[in-house]
Amino acid sequence: MQNSESIIDIGHVSKYFGEKAALDDVSFTVRKGEFVTILGPSGCGKTTLLRLIAGFLTVTEGSISIAGTDVTTIPPYLRPVNTVFQKYALFPHLNVFNNIAFGLNLKKRPSDEIKKRVNKVLKMVGMTDYEERDVDSLSGGQQQRVAIARAIVNEPEVLLLDEPLAALDLKMRKDMQMEIKAMHKKLGISFVYVTHDQEEALTLSDTIVVMSEGKIQQMGTPKAIYDEPANAFVADFIGESNILNGIMIEDNLVSFAGHQFECVDKGFESQEPVDVVLRPEDLYIFDPSEAAMLTGKVTSSIFKGVHYEMVVLTTEGYEFIIQDYHCFDAGKDVGLRVKPSDIHVMKKERLFNTFSGTVVDKAHVRFLNQVFECAEASSFTLGSTVSVYIDFKDVVLFDYEEDGLFGGDVKFILYKGNHYHLTVSTHGNENIYIDTNDVWDTSDRVGITFAPGSIHITNINS
Amino acid sequence: MAQPKFLTLLSLRRNWAIPYLLYLFVFVLIPLFLIVMYAFMDTEGTATLANFRKFWMQPEALNTFIYSVGIALITTFLCLILGFPAAYILSKTNTRGARILILLFILPMWINFLIRTLATVALFDFLNLPLGQGALLFGMVYNFLPFMIYPIYNVLQKTDQNLIEAAQDLGANPRQVFLKTIVPLSVPGITSGIMMVFMPVISTFAIAELLTINNIKLFGSTLQENIYNGMWNYGAALSLVMLLLIGVTSLLGSEGGAKSEEGGLL
Amino acid sequence: MMKRIFAGSYLGLLLVMLYAPILIIIIFSFTEAKVLGNWTGFSLKLYRSLLVTGVHHSLASALWNTLIIGLIAAFVSMLLGTMAAIGIFNLRPRARKAVHLVNSIPVLNPDIITAISLFLLFVSLGISQGMTTVILAHISFCTPYVVLSVLPRLIRMNENLYEAALDLGATPFQALRKIMLPELKPGMISGFILAFTLSIDDFVVTLFTIGNQGLETLSTYIYADARKGGLTPELRPLSAIIFISVLLMLLVINRRAAKNKS
Repeated sequence: MQNSESIIDIGHVSKYFGEKAALDDVSFTVRKGEFVTILGPSGCGKTTLLRLIAGFLTVTEGSISIAGTDVTTIPPYLRPVNTVFQKYALFPHLNVFNNIAFGLNLKKRPSDEIKKRVNKVLKMVGMTDYEERDVDSLSGGQQQRVAIARAIVNEPEVLLLDEPLAALDLKMRKDMQMEIKAMHKKLGISFVYVTHDQEEALTLSDTIVVMSEGKIQQMGTPKAIYDEPANAFVADFIGESNILNGIMIEDNLVSFAGHQFECVDKGFESQEPVDVVLRPEDLYIFDPSEAAMLTGKVTSSIFKGVHYEMVVLTTEGYEFIIQDYHCFDAGKDVGLRVKPSDIHVMKKERLFNTFSGTVVDKAHVRFLNQVFECAEASSFTLGSTVSVYIDFKDVVLFDYEEDGLFGGDVKFILYKGNHYHLTVSTHGNENIYIDTNDVWDTSDRVGITFAPGSIHITNINS
Repeated sequence: MAQPKFLTLLSLRRNWAIPYLLYLFVFVLIPLFLIVMYAFMDTEGTATLANFRKFWMQPEALNTFIYSVGIALITTFLCLILGFPAAYILSKTNTRGARILILLFILPMWINFLIRTLATVALFDFLNLPLGQGALLFGMVYNFLPFMIYPIYNVLQKTDQNLIEAAQDLGANPRQVFLKTIVPLSVPGITSGIMMVFMPVISTFAIAELLTINNIKLFGSTLQENIYNGMWNYGAALSLVMLLLIGVTSLLGSEGGAKSEEGGLL
Repeated sequence: MMKRIFAGSYLGLLLVMLYAPILIIIIFSFTEAKVLGNWTGFSLKLYRSLLVTGVHHSLASALWNTLIIGLIAAFVSMLLGTMAAIGIFNLRPRARKAVHLVNSIPVLNPDIITAISLFLLFVSLGISQGMTTVILAHISFCTPYVVLSVLPRLIRMNENLYEAALDLGATPFQALRKIMLPELKPGMISGFILAFTLSIDDFVVTLFTIGNQGLETLSTYIYADARKGGLTPELRPLSAIIFISVLLMLLVINRRAAKNKS
């Protein structure tokens, strides 16, 4: 039932809370009747985006139009959208009927019409006969249904849903997913759905918008996003993946895990460092034979219901997760194989940490609001602005914040087969990227230092 | 077109505190400032330290002050000794029973405290007990005991039962559970109980006069007499002395509270 | 078992101590004697003169003043405090902390300091003291308690309720009236009751702000009475009646609260 007519246009929207950018230049379009899911980890800006569309927040920059009208400065009560809130936000002093009738009462609709419309939506969400119930006496799932009924009874052009299933248990969540999908079909209006659950997003959506750190990482159909992740973040966030550092040798030839592989990607520069993604179900596992591209030993094997999930450590020291219907017990020698079309090669977002700094004196450079010793500073003029480069592997982390030159929190961890790639956010909200063999957890507080002699600088103009 | 209206309304919500803030400014902050101002002025309006010198030199006010602090300390101590077990027992009682009992402890507060004090006088007469320091302490404890029980009960009641079970699980006997778990956990309640008893006791007047047939005077009465006799500057200086004591007590109190919070984290 | 009996009797003993004086008042409200503690035989004369024949003028007007002051102060405090709570709730954390601090000054200040400071304010401004100054003073120490009883309800309220109302088409004013006020009502009512209780029970602040035009509240009347060396006999039945009605009221509230919970 989709057509290409757009219902929501988000144009270069940025939102700042103080200094911090919650959204950074976000643009996309929702078409009429489309089910769009905004997917991302907590703090990625997805809820902020939804609240901007609803009108609870106003943009710092950019514009939002709904149904062809610029609503950037229009208050929420005049926008043709309705919201289903995460914690339902049912009015505790009103019963089910009056909660649902709230919007219609405000519009002063005649009471027989209100009654008819409320009954219709109650039937739609399967809550007939609950009109007189106190909302506090309902279960979580029932409250959720009332919240949806309360929103759709106003016949909005767009229904906004803010993690509506987050508070429900797994079984309930699965049932509600199906109901929401069916409801979307029946109503024919656009849904904008916010969630951090990738599986939910894949199940429900026509289009998924993957967000991280206030930016859109990728946008596309569930299949496109799963099969062709745009970067390591998306690959890691959607489904399970083996993500490794690789080098593009030439078109259709990539090297990783100590071997060269045929692939179907081209357009990279020769010797360009890339990220390589292999889905666990795309790796073939078998007894060692001539056909093996990689050989190794199974280190763990877990039955997951339908398939087995095995970890294989290759002879070259890389770990792979593999899903297969056949079981290979831990300790067994195996061979691995992957089809060229299942190797996804992605451009690296960055090759090293980059900061802008100033040369303080012959031996010191200032960046990240701090002064660091730097041997290369002697060849630069005092006070000149420079670019500072630090290799991922030259950043040193400590267990205690005090042991480092400054502190930060581990925000994001990516396993790269034989090492971890961490994103650490400093207290000044700068990101530092680190390659390490040590195991850290998300939200660990760490101290950070740069290895002596690892701070490289160049003139900003050069 | 809708924007200006919407924005003003939006900003209005935060501004809703303004009338009250103005009220606080005029009727709380300025009056306190006036106390400071009067305290450092003579009747002519020139700046002076004479009022404080007078307090220091005149044994009467100083003695009353020290005596009042003493009475307040004893009262606080008695309230703590009597109130803690009561709060502990209440926290162990089932909710419904505890709620009624708590109400019973608070109920006397609804009778005007002067009437209650006069009734205490009558009670002492009735039992043929002499009025004096003993009656004064009884009257004070009687008046302020609920203020000690309630905060301690509140904290104890909210205490996670798992903590006590954890202590038992780790091998603490009932005595150790009480001393090493329950008492430390109730420190915030004890602190606010102490503050709620100690500070008002120093400043009460009328209670002391009535219970000791005007034989014992507390600092509150000294303040009142000075103001009533038109010695505003001296009265303000004495008030400032009391405010300082309160400031120090609150500071100690909040420090104790902070410490106990740290302890709670360990 | 022993433990429970011991615990029970301990609480019982404390309650006896707390209630003994009140019991004395109630018992001696049923006798005519002028002096509290003299039993001159059972009589309802004091109740009759309080309720039927009417007490002498000054006690009646003191009672009346107390009620008027209490009601006005509590009502204004409720409005001012509720508005303030909504405002404070919407402040940034740091500003909120600062306002909280100032808000707690009247709560922590002993009566006598509040009383003297307000007395100095009124004499410095040359405002003649009377009913108005008493009410202004009472508002200043009652409002913080309203703020403290409304704020928790705001904090506990689902943060999206107000937005949900806007989302469904309510203007900010409608959202406030139809959603916020019903939600805050219990806090406002308990704030009102607390303010009223504090006001009618207050003695010290009233004494310092009531001036010398002969205006009396119950507290100042009793104080003057006591200094003259006695308690107007009719105060005994009056206290008894107040006590019994508060007792009944609390029992009813408690019953209802228990019922609502189950």
